[in-house]
Amino acid sequence: MISLTDQGFDPGPLLSGFCRGRAETGAVASFTGLARAEGGETRILELEAYPGFTEAQIGAIAETARTRFDLQDLMIVHRIGQIAPGEPVVFVATAASHRRAAFEACDYLMDYLKSRAPFWKKEHGPEGARWVEPRTQDHEDIARWA
Amino acid sequence: MARVLLFGRLSDIAGWREKTLEPAPARLSELRALLAADDAVLGEALAAPGVQVALDQVLVRDDAALSARSEVAFLPPMSGG
Repeated sequence: MISLTDQGFDPGPLLSGFCRGRAETGAVASFTGLARAEGGETRILELEAYPGFTEAQIGAIAETARTRFDLQDLMIVHRIGQIAPGEPVVFVATAASHRRAAFEACDYLMDYLKSRAPFWKKEHGPEGARWVEPRTQDHEDIARWA
Repeated sequence: MARVLLFGRLSDIAGWREKTLEPAPARLSELRALLAADDAVLGEALAAPGVQVALDQVLVRDDAALSARSEVAFLPPMSGG
């Protein structure tokens, strides 16, 4: 399941729900990304998406992950709109027969969400606003999967 | 009529998010030229490396023919998560 939401969410119930009824799964890994305050530099994080296109692109990333890691299931929830420091921005869960695949798929999905999914991120701070672009680290992270 | 959408920093540079061009230009290159003639700073930003184009929600790398109802989106480097 892939969803974009402009509402805050609690990762706990999402993970519980994702784990339910999985007698044959064996391994579930999850990741939750939280908005950072950057020592007061970021008061609000604003995330923009391209409705329709963003979901489709994430869907394509998810399908690649599903095949590559032989996943049984996956879940991606991503915030859009205005997000306060400490609030969850993204939640990813993966289900596989064994832990390695579940861990790696989670890592892979996050690397692709960081710099290949159509989101644009603006940090609003005391000195104004600035657009965030992928860092060298993000490009290095994604290069690991080539 | 072509619909043009700008995302991220591009909409801040232009001062708009969405615009319709009537009549629709025949090609993506003509649409770029029209936007650049109107706003040279935006034209340059649209041509910058790392800016991708989606035509009717499909990424295109080169010049492309537009239809009367094309949706053209300019996408600066993406940053999610």
